[in-house]
Amino acid sequence: MTQTVSAPALEMRGITKRYPGVVANDGIDLEIRPGEIHALLGENGAGKSTLMNILYGLATPDEGEILLDGTAVTIKGPSDAIARGISMVHQHFMLVPVLSVADNILLGEETMANPIFLDQKEARRRIVELGNRFGFEIDPDAKVETLSVGWQQRVEILKALYREARILVLDEPTAVLTPQETEEIFAVLKRLAAEGHSIIFISHKLYEVLEIADRITVIRRGKVVGQRLPAETDEDDLAALMVGRNVQLVVDRGESHPQGPELTVQDLRVLDDRGNEAVKGLTFDVRAGEILGIAGVAGNGQDELVEALTGLRKPTSGRVALGGTDVTGVGPRALQNAGMSFVPGDRHRFGLVLTFPLEDNLVLTQYDEKPYARGPFRNDGAIRDWAARAIQEYDIRTPSANVTAGTLSGGNQQKAIVAREFSRDLRALVLDQPTRGLDVGSIEFIHRRVIAKRDAGAAILLVSAELDEVMELSDRIAVMYRGEIVALLDGPTAEREEVGLLMATGRRDAEALAAAATSMTAAAEIGAKPVESVAATVATETPAAGGGPAEAAPENESAPSAAEGVAPPASDDAPEREDAE
Amino acid sequence: MSFVRRAYAISIVPIIAIFLALLLGSVLIIISSVIQGKLNFALPLVAYESLFQGATGISFLDVKGQTITFAFTFDPERSYRALSATMQAAAPLVLTGLAVGVGFKGGLFNIGGTGQVLVGGFTAALVGAAVATQPAPIAITIAVAAGALGGALYGFIPGALKAFTGAHEVVVTIMLNSLAAFVIVGLVNDIFKITGPTFARTADVGNATLPVILGRDGSLGILIALVCVPIAYVLIYRTTLGFEIRTVGENPSAARYAGMSPRSLIILTMSLCGLFAGLAGAIVILGQGYYPAVFGTTIGFTGITVALLGRAHPVGILLAALLLGGMEAGAPAMQITAKVPAEIIGVIQGLILLFLAAEVLIRSTFRIRAGRDTPTAAELTTVSASYGSGQA
Repeated sequence: MTQTVSAPALEMRGITKRYPGVVANDGIDLEIRPGEIHALLGENGAGKSTLMNILYGLATPDEGEILLDGTAVTIKGPSDAIARGISMVHQHFMLVPVLSVADNILLGEETMANPIFLDQKEARRRIVELGNRFGFEIDPDAKVETLSVGWQQRVEILKALYREARILVLDEPTAVLTPQETEEIFAVLKRLAAEGHSIIFISHKLYEVLEIADRITVIRRGKVVGQRLPAETDEDDLAALMVGRNVQLVVDRGESHPQGPELTVQDLRVLDDRGNEAVKGLTFDVRAGEILGIAGVAGNGQDELVEALTGLRKPTSGRVALGGTDVTGVGPRALQNAGMSFVPGDRHRFGLVLTFPLEDNLVLTQYDEKPYARGPFRNDGAIRDWAARAIQEYDIRTPSANVTAGTLSGGNQQKAIVAREFSRDLRALVLDQPTRGLDVGSIEFIHRRVIAKRDAGAAILLVSAELDEVMELSDRIAVMYRGEIVALLDGPTAEREEVGLLMATGRRDAEALAAAATSMTAAAEIGAKPVESVAATVATETPAAGGGPAEAAPENESAPSAAEGVAPPASDDAPEREDAE
Repeated sequence: MSFVRRAYAISIVPIIAIFLALLLGSVLIIISSVIQGKLNFALPLVAYESLFQGATGISFLDVKGQTITFAFTFDPERSYRALSATMQAAAPLVLTGLAVGVGFKGGLFNIGGTGQVLVGGFTAALVGAAVATQPAPIAITIAVAAGALGGALYGFIPGALKAFTGAHEVVVTIMLNSLAAFVIVGLVNDIFKITGPTFARTADVGNATLPVILGRDGSLGILIALVCVPIAYVLIYRTTLGFEIRTVGENPSAARYAGMSPRSLIILTMSLCGLFAGLAGAIVILGQGYYPAVFGTTIGFTGITVALLGRAHPVGILLAALLLGGMEAGAPAMQITAKVPAEIIGVIQGLILLFLAAEVLIRSTFRIRAGRDTPTAAELTTVSASYGSGQA
């Protein structure tokens, strides 16, 4: 994309914001041109959210000024920001699930026929028109709860456009999307930019930023540390800028020395919440000293498998054994005692009690064991000692062991969980999305620990929606498709394309390749609980969306993207709580 | 330093709530002065002073007709009597406050304090009468324990219903309150009625009557209530069981993941709530020596105000109970001296509860930042979540 140099649509000059104990923004300069997709890159807690909150009027800067089209402005609050054409699309959607698309868009920006009644007809017309203009057909009467996350994201964008936003801020928009959905949203964003909208794209996924951005600004510890054009940089360069040192994006896994089977699963069958069989007779084993990676598009039974293996869900049949002992259907406590550790995928729901101090969270699964308990009493001294050690050893960045876990960034929360689970005396380790939503520095750290644990002889089962993660860490890769393992591959030699194809179609023959081009959308949508009709529309609409010459030949594009994609995650946020107040 | 800051963060909203309630109460007192013939804007001052005097024995005003002068008087004898009356009124409130507060910690909203008080008191009365002739220490121990057990059993029911069927504890305990009240009235009027007294009541508990240990009527119940405060504190904050209870209260999914059993912990927590409420009933009934058919007690409900005011922390609950107990003990003095109806105390208590429930409003009005570790977030969520989003 060529960029004609023109007056910036938005300029933030010397923005400084201090919170007690931290300088969240330290003299940040940011300049956004009209029609530009500008990526803001930084680790969790680098100050991206603070900067955007200032732009959106949620926080007032201590120093610095904001210029819109060259005029200095004071943004008093979100409604002021919206009135000035700035809109924010949050990572966690602010939509009312039970209301229709149109109602959600109208909320707060009611189009009135007269002082009492809404002009629903006019509103619908505008929504449909806007949707068409930017390449997605939307049913204004569909209930939001029936839409897939990808479509909900589009509703959020539409909401911004309905308010005639010129500057859109997207806070990690792809964190909750499947690769296909990400591609589709990117097409929409490019279209928006082509129409002259400016987009601030916040992310810490390097490859995405390289793909979509016109310019990239990197922030570290509240300061702008660099600006890059995608053509002049690469992932390693960006990662080093972000973290402040060279980062090994792919950790050296070394050679594994597997022993005998430690965790054996035979003909395991598990039902999902709706009573459908989600895991259909799985048989596999994980050997001591190896990492078995489960690859698969989200929603192919991985969640149910993990829950069954960790005692959170009872299997309907089959057998699970740990170190030769039958542990089928036993609860989490018994499994822990048998030597199983588990890093759950949803750290806010399962992994942590966010309102508890960090030190309590560091003993959440060991609170009743020695030395953290003395008879029926807690041994606070021992807990404190261990917390100090864990913070040191696992590089958990926190003001103290007493702050509540909810105030930590996502990376540090995850490190706390890893510290807790890895410190146990364990035989087997189940890792569910161990690095979801984390920045590169934390990912590197956790990956190193996982390898170290493997080399110490643990049997590790890794489930991740990030195909890259599975490829990088696994000694063997099992591909899960519709509740079954469709292939078991050797980790170091597996081909990314092959795994991607297996994930998407469950097959790897020539037929599958042919099928891939046409059935892509359907395969990717398995986990996304879409409205079928809408999903079908997407499939036909997407190519149109990327209509420019640069995006020619959409059919060719969809196959590789499917194969490589099917990765990224449904993420969770990294609460930068300093901003949350 | 950080302790002071923490104490401030925790107590500022309750203090504002009390202040606002007294302020609004004084408007009502001024309006009520019309009864005395003439609008009297000084009456709230006089009334609150006499209330304070009734509760503590300390006086700082001299009222002679229309002239009011400041005069500090402190009489140790009078203060001792007043304070023991305050403590006597506060003792059951400490226990019913704990009955609600412990529930909050476990993510449960126990509205069943009233029913648990009645069942606990009734059990204590019956068992007390049965052991009436035993030596006092034995009789008292057995009767008090019986009351606690009765309350615990009555808390066990909603706990088990919630754990196994998902029935919401608020709905169940409200119904159990009525059930306890009517069934016990029926029993006292019929099966357990003794001949002799002019009104229906159970037999005397004899040696199980709690002795007076403080002032004119400060019974052994005060000591029982006081002992329960550190016990509750240690249980909640210093034992692994308390950690389990709090974990279930904050995040049941994480509790399950950590290998705890949310189901049995819910039952246990509700039983524990019932135990404290049952103790409250026991010390009230064993203090007066029998269970009267007409036993209209409000201590169960006041326990909710106490728990919220005390931020569900045992020490806070103790302070809150002393405040509300003092109001009740001082009310008669206020009615006599200032001629302000004692019922105004109920109104003020209600206002305190109202302002506490409107915490968000108070915070925004007075521009108080919500502290990250203000321990009430969970409690208030429990209260609000109790209507609507029952997470069984």
